[in-house]
Amino acid sequence: MKPMDVLVVGAGPAGLAAATAASRNGCRVAVLDDNPAAGGQIWRADITRPHHEDAARSAAIAAFHTSGAALLPGRRIVDVRSPSTLLAEAGGHFETYRWDRLILGTGARERFLPFPGWTLPGVFGAGGLQALVKGGYSVSGKRIVVAGTGPLLLAVAAHLREYGASTITVAEQASALQILPFAVSLMRSPGKLLQGAGYRKALGDTPYQTGCWPISAQGDEELRSVTLTDGKRTWTIECDLLACGFHLAPNTELAQLLGCTLQEGFVRVDTQQQTSVPNIYCAGEPTGIAGVDAAQVQGEIAGLAAADCNPIPTSLLARRAKEAAFGRRLTHAFRLRPEVLKLASQETIVCRCEDVTFGQLQTRSNWTDAKLHTRCGMGPCQGRICGAATEALFGWQPTSVRAPLFPVPVAAFCDETSSLNAPSAR
Amino acid sequence: MPDQQVVIYVNGSSISVPAGSMLSAALLMASAPCRISITGQPRTALCGMGICLECRAVVNGVLHTRTCQTVCQEGMRVETQP
Ligand SMILES: Cc1cc2nc3c(=O)[nH]c(=O)nc-3n(C[C@H](O)[C@H](O)[C@H](O)COP(=O)(O)OP(=O)(O)OC[C@H]3O[C@@H](n4cnc5c(N)ncnc54)[C@H](O)[C@@H]3O)c2cc1C
Ligand code: FES
Repeated sequence: MKPMDVLVVGAGPAGLAAATAASRNGCRVAVLDDNPAAGGQIWRADITRPHHEDAARSAAIAAFHTSGAALLPGRRIVDVRSPSTLLAEAGGHFETYRWDRLILGTGARERFLPFPGWTLPGVFGAGGLQALVKGGYSVSGKRIVVAGTGPLLLAVAAHLREYGASTITVAEQASALQILPFAVSLMRSPGKLLQGAGYRKALGDTPYQTGCWPISAQGDEELRSVTLTDGKRTWTIECDLLACGFHLAPNTELAQLLGCTLQEGFVRVDTQQQTSVPNIYCAGEPTGIAGVDAAQVQGEIAGLAAADCNPIPTSLLARRAKEAAFGRRLTHAFRLRPEVLKLASQETIVCRCEDVTFGQLQTRSNWTDAKLHTRCGMGPCQGRICGAATEALFGWQPTSVRAPLFPVPVAAFCDETSSLNAPSAR
Repeated sequence: MPDQQVVIYVNGSSISVPAGSMLSAALLMASAPCRISITGQPRTALCGMGICLECRAVVNGVLHTRTCQTVCQEGMRVETQP
């Protein structure tokens, strides 16, 4: 019998685990990712420290290569060609990929909330700055404020310090009271507790200020200072860079384009990680923000299910349930306080692609109305940044997803030297 | 740091960066904005992961290239996108 062709989108922890499990169980597997290397967000390759290896990353990537699955980096899925074919864009041309089973491991992005000055050069996402540093941006000696919400702030600040930055403070909008039950619950996950303690230690004397958030960033052509508040008092800190993100938002666009049902903003999956569309599975952050361990175990289950390895071992199912509970506690602990939804002034740009201000959007009634009248969400990011913001600010639900999922270079439309079924491309 | 360096041109001026560097990082090192927004504001990379498109610039003549997912190659020319 011909082996089943399994296509995985996303080479993060979820996608790599899924591909490894499916390949070990007799499928022909190819993994596509839009980055130049495997790893996804947490395991993004660090060009400045090529030999500094994270044990979990090395183990996952080694297992993936041993399994025989193929990695096809630098390819972005932009459209659905037929019910069983996807269209990818790679370096200015198109390729089509056919599948029998499809696994979506498209991960998450940072959520950004607009505040005065957030468009200044020098203001980055928190994970965004970490990614840029791994890509070669030197922050040695730079004075950095890390702000927003979520455990990522600690991880990022610890990382920046390792690179010689002077991290002035970590401002976490959630109150100590809100985070405490979550911190206590980490006792049940010694691995995560140790990781958290490690970040805290790496931070040295950098304060971790809970119940504290940015209200504005100042500078002419670039950032000069950040103003923080704890609700009672406000103060301004001179700094070179601001790394600011408000937890994560799932990348569900491809799942939506494929017709998969969402539930409360996440891709709905069954016990086998199968979506509402038969033979399409989803694992990792698009199904719920729960971190790397959840992504890996969900990926493994999806890979086994796609390879028809039933029943799924109960130990895996138990681990998945434990990690999902961790994710729920995480989301609850770092929920947004109402004040951070009111930071934008009339002149603050909300849609960065089209420079649409908060004042222009305030008079609109919903997402479609805003798109038609102000061009909000019509630029190249296709609402990925302003959509999450307007959802938080106005409660607007973005409407249906349209192809291409990402802007495609004009050259690609002229060059139809496409094709090749992915798995046979190895 | 990796020992090997590559030379690229940012708005016409050469800079040397570690081999494997992302173009977005190189633009930051050169203090050059990636693009100028429609109301004339300079913008640099925000998300670092291919989502926001604030990092798009003109790379070897090609407009709208996401510099956060482009690795610097010897002799590459990048210009701030107007
Ligand atoms: C910027 C950022 C930094 C983070 N840093 C940390 C950290 O330091 N520590 C930590 O514990 N957690 C971190 N996280 C949380 C992290 O997302 C998870 O812990 C973990 O990486 C989730 O794994 P995943 O496989 O679900 O998704 P990801 O790791 O996000 O992998 C998804 C992959 O799919 C690719 N992809 C998505 N859509 C497409 C498409 N259409 N075509 C092709 N490829 C596509 C993405 O580029 C990405 O490589 C970070 C998150 C973000 C957003
Ligand atoms: S920095 Fe956001 S797409 Fe490159």
